[in-house]
Amino acid sequence: MWKTLIKSLREYKKPSILAPTFVSLEVVIECIIPFIIARLVNQISAGCELKLILQYGLLLLVMASFSLMFGWLAGSACATAASGFARNLRKDMFYSIQSFSFENIDRFSSSSLVTRLTTDVTNVQNAYMMIIRTAIRSPLMLIFSIVMAFIMGGRLAFIFVVMIPILAVGLFLIIRKAFPIFKRVFRKYDALNNSVQENIQGIRVVKSFVREDFEKQKFEKAAEDLRHEFTKAEKILALNSPIMQFCLYVNMVFILTFGAYTIVTTNGLDFNVGQLSSLMVYSFLTLMSLMMLSMVFVLITIADESGRRIVEVLQEESTLTNPENAVMEVKDGSIDFSEVSFRYSEKAKLMVLRDVNLHIASGETIGILGGTGASKTSFVQLIPRLYDVAEGSVKVGGIDVREYDLDSLRNQVSMVLQNNILFSGTIKENLRWGDPYASDEQLLEACKLAQADDFIMSFPKGYDTYIEQGGTNVSGGQKQRLCIARTLLKKPKILILDDSTSAVDTKTDANIRKALREYIPETTKIIIAQRVASVEDADRIILLDKGKIVAVGNHEELLKSNEIYREVYDSQNKAGEQHE
Amino acid sequence: MNRSEMVKRGTLKRLLKMLFKFYPVALPLVLLCIVFSAAVSSIPSVFMQNVIAVLEDNQGGGWAEIGPKIFRLVSILASLYVLALISSFIYNRAMAVITQGSLKKMRESLFEKMQELPISYFDTNSHGDIMSYYTNDIDTLRQIISQSMPNLLISAVTILTLLSIMLYFSIWMTIVVLSGMAVMVFVVKKLGGNSAKYFLRQQHSIGKTEGFVQEMINGQKVIKVFSHEQQVKTDFDAINDELFRDSEQANKFANILPPIVMNIGNLIYVTVAVAGGIFLLTNASNFSISGLAFSISVVVPFLNITRQFSGNINQVSMQINAVIMGLAGADRVFKMLDEKAEEDEGVISLVNVREDGGEITECADRTGHWAWKEPLADGRARYTRLEGDVRLQNVDFSYEKDKPVLRDISLFAEPGQKLAFVGATGAGKTTITNLLNRFYDISEGTICYDGIDINKIRKPDLRRAIGMVLQDTNLFTGSVMENIRYGRLDATDAECEAAAKLAGAHDFIIRLPEGYETMLSGNGGNLSQGQRQLIAIARAAVADPPVMVLDEATSSIDTRTEAIVQRGMDALMKGRTVFVIAHRLSTVQNSDVIMVLEHGEIIERGSHERLIEENGRYYQLYTGAFELE
Repeated sequence: MWKTLIKSLREYKKPSILAPTFVSLEVVIECIIPFIIARLVNQISAGCELKLILQYGLLLLVMASFSLMFGWLAGSACATAASGFARNLRKDMFYSIQSFSFENIDRFSSSSLVTRLTTDVTNVQNAYMMIIRTAIRSPLMLIFSIVMAFIMGGRLAFIFVVMIPILAVGLFLIIRKAFPIFKRVFRKYDALNNSVQENIQGIRVVKSFVREDFEKQKFEKAAEDLRHEFTKAEKILALNSPIMQFCLYVNMVFILTFGAYTIVTTNGLDFNVGQLSSLMVYSFLTLMSLMMLSMVFVLITIADESGRRIVEVLQEESTLTNPENAVMEVKDGSIDFSEVSFRYSEKAKLMVLRDVNLHIASGETIGILGGTGASKTSFVQLIPRLYDVAEGSVKVGGIDVREYDLDSLRNQVSMVLQNNILFSGTIKENLRWGDPYASDEQLLEACKLAQADDFIMSFPKGYDTYIEQGGTNVSGGQKQRLCIARTLLKKPKILILDDSTSAVDTKTDANIRKALREYIPETTKIIIAQRVASVEDADRIILLDKGKIVAVGNHEELLKSNEIYREVYDSQNKAGEQHE
Repeated sequence: MNRSEMVKRGTLKRLLKMLFKFYPVALPLVLLCIVFSAAVSSIPSVFMQNVIAVLEDNQGGGWAEIGPKIFRLVSILASLYVLALISSFIYNRAMAVITQGSLKKMRESLFEKMQELPISYFDTNSHGDIMSYYTNDIDTLRQIISQSMPNLLISAVTILTLLSIMLYFSIWMTIVVLSGMAVMVFVVKKLGGNSAKYFLRQQHSIGKTEGFVQEMINGQKVIKVFSHEQQVKTDFDAINDELFRDSEQANKFANILPPIVMNIGNLIYVTVAVAGGIFLLTNASNFSISGLAFSISVVVPFLNITRQFSGNINQVSMQINAVIMGLAGADRVFKMLDEKAEEDEGVISLVNVREDGGEITECADRTGHWAWKEPLADGRARYTRLEGDVRLQNVDFSYEKDKPVLRDISLFAEPGQKLAFVGATGAGKTTITNLLNRFYDISEGTICYDGIDINKIRKPDLRRAIGMVLQDTNLFTGSVMENIRYGRLDATDAECEAAAKLAGAHDFIIRLPEGYETMLSGNGGNLSQGQRQLIAIARAAVADPPVMVLDEATSSIDTRTEAIVQRGMDALMKGRTVFVIAHRLSTVQNSDVIMVLEHGEIIERGSHERLIEENGRYYQLYTGAFELE
């Protein structure tokens, strides 16, 4: 896993190598300083000259300056490396998501993708910083301190041989016990956040059913679950510090007693007061570095899960790829379905579409009707190759859609999605998604066609009105018309409207269709609708049911020959007919 | 996401107050343990001084002579250590409990507060921002409570203890140390302040990135359809690079602080050693609390103290970022907690009643009969039978001042009537329903329910008397059955099923993998929009309210299915006052009264037939559907 992540380091390899190098140099000096100080202390207690003391002082000053310099360099290299690594991870993930096909997008929930790009990357960034700083520093410090302790303390240093394994085993057990609980904590966290999010979105439902107390109880339970697990995990981690203190204290007592004993029995020959002092320092350093090491492990284990989730996105390969020698030009707006079957996942047992055969001539207007779940959307999504067929082929302009360059195909086959979205920005900015170079006149023209000009002009700022995130400050019908205008600006050869006028009133709906017919007659138009009125003037109407085409024909033909069509028509118009 | 760069004063005080309120006994005890444990951990130097003094005094005496003295010293130290260990164990474990307990309580108060906030709060604040109270802000609080608070206290106690020990040993040398420390504190303050500033900025950039990513990923399919990937990548790069720069700066400051502090510590150490050496050599006279003369037994422990001292200042410097970020988080949490709750000045409540020959008596069990209970001045209560009679009189309303949304709306709905609102999007249809259950309050005029001004009715009871099926269907994580039962928590399985049948949802539910027990997640993402609407209707049906509002409740159900559902819907609407909003005219045709709204005003009203005869806007709309024939 880390192998995949490391690939995103790129230009930050250099600071990533520099940081541990500087850290190593810093550690070396840091470990020598107490050694020299021990000598100084001994010199002082032996009653040396002032000159010697000053010489030592100067030496130590130089060393501290070097240590500071290396520490400084290491710190900033480390910050650059870790922040840069995070930057590249976010970038790679975001770019990877941009290459996703619809099928890939369906596989991840959007909130999980956002978490991966933010929280998970931050976790990895922190762990990485810790690794390049401490993962080198702590073991190095550990080894140095032990070696120095043996040089200084001789036999006394054997206490380390006893204490280090005790501490190491203790820390290991703590991590091993805490880790699985932490994993559970993360899941509880997700559950809690999910319940909050749901609640915020559904606040109108909560309030209108007066379910505030019910929701509070539900939340309390989720919060209690989280508290329970988290407390358990933290209680275990809380043992870290007493264990560490225990080892330190035992060391102190031991060194004081046996240090004094050795000094007395050897008359200060084997061991002296200066050594006693530095040995204490080294014992502290040793245990400290072990402690840091254990913290690194904790951070790595936490980041492990995050890393896995990031790699999942990085390694997700788009299920749709651009062909070699792709065709860049769409000749005309004709469409051919031959023997097309389709399912959303290879694992799905049932086909969503079965044996669809259809020829649509360039410039034709096609209406599609069908009940909830009749696969209307699935049908049209195959044309701009948002999904690939399972069997058979879909041709646009006489060429299989899989042979086109994806961008070229989609620029010529434009679709207004059912759940459409406007982005935060002005209306103009949103419209220019269709054509970044469109002039203001062209924007105006498209909006007139989509019957959007009137309401846009009624806004105080007109075309410069700012659209909030998710388009919350325009109504559903206005949003739909803006989306249609945006798509019209692409001047496509094939235009697909997937239930795109459902929130628009019938008259405006009719006006939009009239405008489309009159102003872009050469464009093939495919209109999915629930209202018969929206499609009855189409050249042909396709009736879909359970993934199959059950009838094709114009309004009059279907009214005569197809019972379902008649039923739908009647259900919408009965009252009117009776009246007239 | 608006994070101010400065943390408000008083936030720390309020946070501490809150924590002490949560754990009035445990927290002070824990703090006591921390103080004790910290004090003990800083005293070995005293013992070391004693031990070395014993060794120095020893003029050739053997271990037999010195041993007992040293043993006595060491055993005192050891017993103090044991006590310190015990208190350390206690406070570490207790702190885990206190931290998580406090966070839980804070989450709960946040959530409780959120439930009390008016709808306008949710309409005007971004949902992502509200979410981040529960995620980012609470997380920073965890850091400050569990790590920073104890560590700062430990450091403070240690520094104080060490200071007194130093004074005990030698005042001259203490002055040497303190002047060094002054430099250190200055550097920490300077660099630490900068670091915190950048950390707050980083936090802000993260919020910005999150917002951008969220919007783009939600619109990913649109990006694909428009082949807009390249443009989006460029935009992302700009935001991402900004985050990188802030993060790099913040971490740089945070990373270089420890080596700087540590090495200033080293320098102080050297200075103290040199000064000590000079004092020893020149036989300078010591000046101290203990009255000890300069000797190796003073200088050597002093060196250790110096190291510990600077180590603790380093500890403090490492907590600065966490503290500032934590306080910024606390600030935001408090802001939310201080948000003004939805006011409810209503006194009239809805109660179950029994009716015997015109006499209404209140009772506890569910009778299926309800009445409004109005407490009278003399302690008795007046009961008004719940009928479902709704009247609006000259109602004006605006979301923002000077931008009227509804003007002079008057209408009445008698019990059992079906009223429909028709009109272009933005005409104010949904707004009217928001006023009925007081999601928003009217600016002018009155709304009466069964002759009672709705301002006098307790909001929960008013809302219980009005069933809502809203435009955006929101379902909750849980089984289909649980989602239907949301309408009435004590409904039996059979009642829920009956409601589902009424709503025409039964057929598709039993075809789901696990029928009524099928789990829904992510707002029912595994169902089609139409299916979700059917469940929402069933949910409202099970609540069995006398007044129902259907706001585009069947917009995503195809007309054929709707025709099938219609029979159930008719049964559902029977005997209820129903407000229907639909742009599909077939849905509203059989209403008793249809109102045509335009720009916040009712321009036509009447039955379908009458409106057709009137030959006005409704007629135009209606024939619009047939225009192409």
